[in-house]
Amino acid sequence: MPSPKRIGKITFGLLSPKEIRTMSVRKIIWADTYDDDGFPYPQGLMDLALGVIDPGLRCKTCDQKAADCPGHFGHIELAKPVIHVGYTRLIRKLLRVTCRSCGRLLLSPDEIQKVSLTADDELGGEVLTEKDIKKERACPHCGELQLKVNFEKPTTFSEVLLEEGRKSEHKLTPADIRARLERIPPSDLRLLGINPDVARPEWTVLTVLPVPPVTMRPSIILENGQRSEDDLTHKLVDIIRINQRFKENQDAGAPQLIIEDLWELLQYHVTTYLDNEVAGCPPARHRSGRPLKTLSQRLKGKDGRFRGSLSGKRVNFSARTVISPNPNLSVTEVGVPLSIAVEMTVPVRVTTHNLEEMREFVLRGPERRTLRDPCGANYVIRPDKRRLRLGGDNLETIAEQLEPGYTVERQLRDGDIVLFNRQPSLHRMSIMAHRIKVMDGKTFRLNPAVCPPYNADFDGDEMNLHVPQTEEARAEAAILIAVQENILSPRFGGPIIGGIHDHISGIFMLTHDLRWFTKSEVLYLLKYGEIDHLPEPGRIDEDGTPRWSNKQVFSMILPSDLNMVFRASSCVNCDECRHVDCERDAYVRIVDGQLVSGTVDKKAIGAFDGAILNRIIRRFGMDRASRFIDDVTKLSIRAIMIDGFSFGIDDEDLSRTEHGQIEEELARAKDDVERRIRIFEEGQLEPMPGRTPEETLEMQIMQVLGKARDRTGEIAGRHLGLGNSAVLMAVSGARGSMLNLTQMAGCIGQQSVRGERIMRGYEERTLPHYRRRDRGADAHGFILHSYKEGLSPTEFFFHAIGGREGLVDTAVRTSQSGYLQRRLINALQDLKVAYDGTVRTTMGRIIQYHYGEDGTDPMKGSFGDPVDVKGIVESVLKEEV
Amino acid sequence: MLTDAMRDRIESSDFPPLTRQQLLDSLGDKEFSEEQFEEILEAVQNEFEETRIEPLEAVGVIAAQSIGEPGTQMTMRTFHYAGVAEINVTLGLPRLIEIMDARKEPSTPTMTIYLSSEFNEDRDRARMVSWQIEAAPLHEFGDITTDMENMQVLVAVNQAVLAKRKISMEMIVETAQKKIRDRRHYRDFEVEADPENHVIIFTPKDQEKYQNLFQLAEHVRNVIVQGIDDIERVVVRKESGEYILYTEGSNLKDVFEVPGVDTVRTRTNNISEIAQVLGIEAARNAIMAEALATLGEQGIKVDVRHIMLVADMMCMDGEVKQIGRHGIAGEKESVLSRAAFEVTVNHLLDAAVANEIDELNGVTENVIVGQPIQLGTGDVKLVAKSRT
Repeated sequence: MPSPKRIGKITFGLLSPKEIRTMSVRKIIWADTYDDDGFPYPQGLMDLALGVIDPGLRCKTCDQKAADCPGHFGHIELAKPVIHVGYTRLIRKLLRVTCRSCGRLLLSPDEIQKVSLTADDELGGEVLTEKDIKKERACPHCGELQLKVNFEKPTTFSEVLLEEGRKSEHKLTPADIRARLERIPPSDLRLLGINPDVARPEWTVLTVLPVPPVTMRPSIILENGQRSEDDLTHKLVDIIRINQRFKENQDAGAPQLIIEDLWELLQYHVTTYLDNEVAGCPPARHRSGRPLKTLSQRLKGKDGRFRGSLSGKRVNFSARTVISPNPNLSVTEVGVPLSIAVEMTVPVRVTTHNLEEMREFVLRGPERRTLRDPCGANYVIRPDKRRLRLGGDNLETIAEQLEPGYTVERQLRDGDIVLFNRQPSLHRMSIMAHRIKVMDGKTFRLNPAVCPPYNADFDGDEMNLHVPQTEEARAEAAILIAVQENILSPRFGGPIIGGIHDHISGIFMLTHDLRWFTKSEVLYLLKYGEIDHLPEPGRIDEDGTPRWSNKQVFSMILPSDLNMVFRASSCVNCDECRHVDCERDAYVRIVDGQLVSGTVDKKAIGAFDGAILNRIIRRFGMDRASRFIDDVTKLSIRAIMIDGFSFGIDDEDLSRTEHGQIEEELARAKDDVERRIRIFEEGQLEPMPGRTPEETLEMQIMQVLGKARDRTGEIAGRHLGLGNSAVLMAVSGARGSMLNLTQMAGCIGQQSVRGERIMRGYEERTLPHYRRRDRGADAHGFILHSYKEGLSPTEFFFHAIGGREGLVDTAVRTSQSGYLQRRLINALQDLKVAYDGTVRTTMGRIIQYHYGEDGTDPMKGSFGDPVDVKGIVESVLKEEV
Repeated sequence: MLTDAMRDRIESSDFPPLTRQQLLDSLGDKEFSEEQFEEILEAVQNEFEETRIEPLEAVGVIAAQSIGEPGTQMTMRTFHYAGVAEINVTLGLPRLIEIMDARKEPSTPTMTIYLSSEFNEDRDRARMVSWQIEAAPLHEFGDITTDMENMQVLVAVNQAVLAKRKISMEMIVETAQKKIRDRRHYRDFEVEADPENHVIIFTPKDQEKYQNLFQLAEHVRNVIVQGIDDIERVVVRKESGEYILYTEGSNLKDVFEVPGVDTVRTRTNNISEIAQVLGIEAARNAIMAEALATLGEQGIKVDVRHIMLVADMMCMDGEVKQIGRHGIAGEKESVLSRAAFEVTVNHLLDAAVANEIDELNGVTENVIVGQPIQLGTGDVKLVAKSRT
């Protein structure tokens, strides 16, 4: 295969009037588009020489049909020159730095020497600026006295004349300006950072206007058969109309006043044609009042040509639907509805080796009713690139014709590799390659363990799926983008895929303390894993039934030579660790693949932490790790089903004693707050350094109330043990925290706005329910009740205030962090590691001599360390380090 | 046990210093055999080789994603009490944006001033240094009265404060008058000191208008006579056995000149100030430290290497440049890349006049023209020969 052609470079320059005329295929003089028969006027804006958009017609220039003709430019001869709005600042600068009579730069040769020496000429670009030229001076070359040039937005230039001490403005017409720009010699232009070979400054004053091809301003035919023209065409019509009128008036010798008016009108139309958002210029509007979308608007902004069509492109071979969970799938799989699998295709080239198989695909055609049906094909592409749609009666004939050189577009089947994506795609794990599993239903199915990298949940999220169409793309997908290759996050070098929610609760319930299972229970637990034999039972009951411990069951999915020691997330960091005898069973010790002690929870298998997961990846590789994730998630789902797991309103029930204690605690806090307020009001409060007494009081109150809330939580926590689902979830790290439980069972606590108690509202009070200047706890948003008890009306308001702040916060944050990310990507996207280990831009500039100062890949390194020394020593010595 | 020979082998190996240290630490007091030592070294060697970064890896994009992605999880709360309850510091996403914007001045400049050994053990001695740093307006030194009858502003200097703050009357008169003239640009007045009654008398030159008197009084009240103007507040705190000063406001250069300040450890969160005073390398390290601290405070784990790359990119040209339009992204060589980022039209118009040439080396440019980008698998130039 020959290497594909590459575009080497793109040069930018200005079009000269000559170039515009040579590239033009037609001079446009008629403002009308179509005649009564719907046929384009010759020399009108829709002239057939400019390209064709209606099917059936042929282009007069290239004789091609609508699909193939790229379109051709025409031109309009302007009656008088007009200024290009985009270049007004350049024109202003040039008028100010050059002589009004000889056109030379207003600097003597010595001065030029001086300025260009100080300027950094290596960078090129703007060498001279307006500031280098002194105001009010005579030309050093011809001695002409210079006048001040004023510029008025959008396109008016004028000179200030000094007559008898009085200032008077004299307007410069575009023709005058053009004449002056023409006089600037090429050598002077180079000093100004302008290359006169491709961009003479007078070309910024237009004498002839290119008319873009019809193909880039197609008209749409509405339902009622009426034509609706593109905004650009509308604008061009305006220009031609005024231009013609201008010419007629000019030829008829109209008075100067009328000529000037028409000139300005022409200038306005050309200006808005180029940019319809110029400051100081009313935007041209459509009949409906909508501002027209002209040339600049087409390029600009998020949906403009650059960001909308060139940097981001729409693709074929993609699907989108709602996602739902399926714990029985592997993390590397994705469940695809049959209706999508039937619609999407993979091209397969017919060779002598697969000819028969391909024939079968073709014979089956596009019909596929049930999951069990083998996949068929939707299209066949002949060697002459003709695409044949399969279906109906042509299956057999086409199957007959099939021979090497054909391509068959086969439907999706189990095992095909696809890219799966959820927006916003904030990091590379937002697109990963999965293997397909065709399923019933209408949603994409995925294992909940892959939710963290996508940041997906199942409350109605939708995801996209793309089918790679070439062998190279599939190879890259399988080798680089596959889920198991992305278990580790390059952000911090730890696993990002792992157990979540019920996986963690389940594995916690399974492995906590010691339990014994009968053979049938063990088999039930391990049914889905690939376990082929059971180990020796851990104990045999008196009646002879063999029993296996819960830790043995978990060990069965561990690699056999795994050694590690760590502390589970239920560890509370006691002053003295009792190791294996930990009363919380938080000291996890694995020797030769056997869980000796400890509870497996979030720290062990959870996404983001996953110590066991992390160790398996490093010692046994990604594939073993993805198998472990599958095993662990399936095991934990089974385990949670043995006891069952639920959470309801009565789980927050406290006994009367606890309620009494909580009330007492809150009353005490309230008294304390009142006492402090009294001290403050008596003026006895000692302010903290650098704070006013008010601020000090506020801080103290916040502190007291915060403590009180925490105490109610402790009281509730004492009552609710691991038997409570919320506690279990909080301790194991599955979901929620003790704070959540505190708020449900104990007391919701202080509501805040900007980190302070709620102060806003009515005059000197938050709500009309309180007295003015009341500084008490409840008057400023302290909520005594728990979610279970329910809130009083005032508390409800305060809660809504606090809650609203959170919502606003999220809304602002997404937009701000999105922009930060866009800027970061744009600044760093061109960096790569060169073969010599340096970091360079694609232009070749060196940014770092050795990536990250030690050349370690943050993804492969262990949480930032180049080598996981602790892990290695642990697995060799089999003891804690 | 770790023998000396083993120790030497570890220390003379090619591993990074961190890995060598970790090896020494974790093997230090362990019992193990010769074979186990060999096994460990080999495993470390293997893992070390495995964790090398691969050529053509798009490290820039990975770094950008690694910093940008957790942005959504950060809080917006501008004010937070960091360590010292008395001093406010901007944290979270706003602070991260501030660092990447390379602002001239952060919204809450603060300094952490360490003291040299003779001042950091005793609160009073630390306080003495802090007097030299904290900006103290004249009204803190005594009562200021406006004498309307005689058209004078009188400052009754409190001797106790003078003694406490170790400053003489003459010094106050001198600095007050100099500062009012130079910093506050108010010149039409005269000063007289009356050391016996401990009074300083300020008289406006223009005796006609009361307005002048009140203006002068205002200047006299607020003129900073001791300390550094930019540092509004200093808090002395004891941390891990020594006294440290935390400040609101930052002025690295002037603080360095105060005797008793440990210039090695003292730091500020104003990055551009660090670049000016200590140079670009220090600024690069400051960007890293600040970004890492901001992310760490939010409990977000990000590898240093990503932040390092961003900091290196920002400091590449010898000055701290912003991530964005007015910095790195705006100074790219490629026209198309700049046009695709922000202010599309202007970049294109300017490119035409300057006859710019886009060499199509970068990522965006190649995406725009629809050809493979020069990163990762797109940059491998390998063509298989066909067998015929």
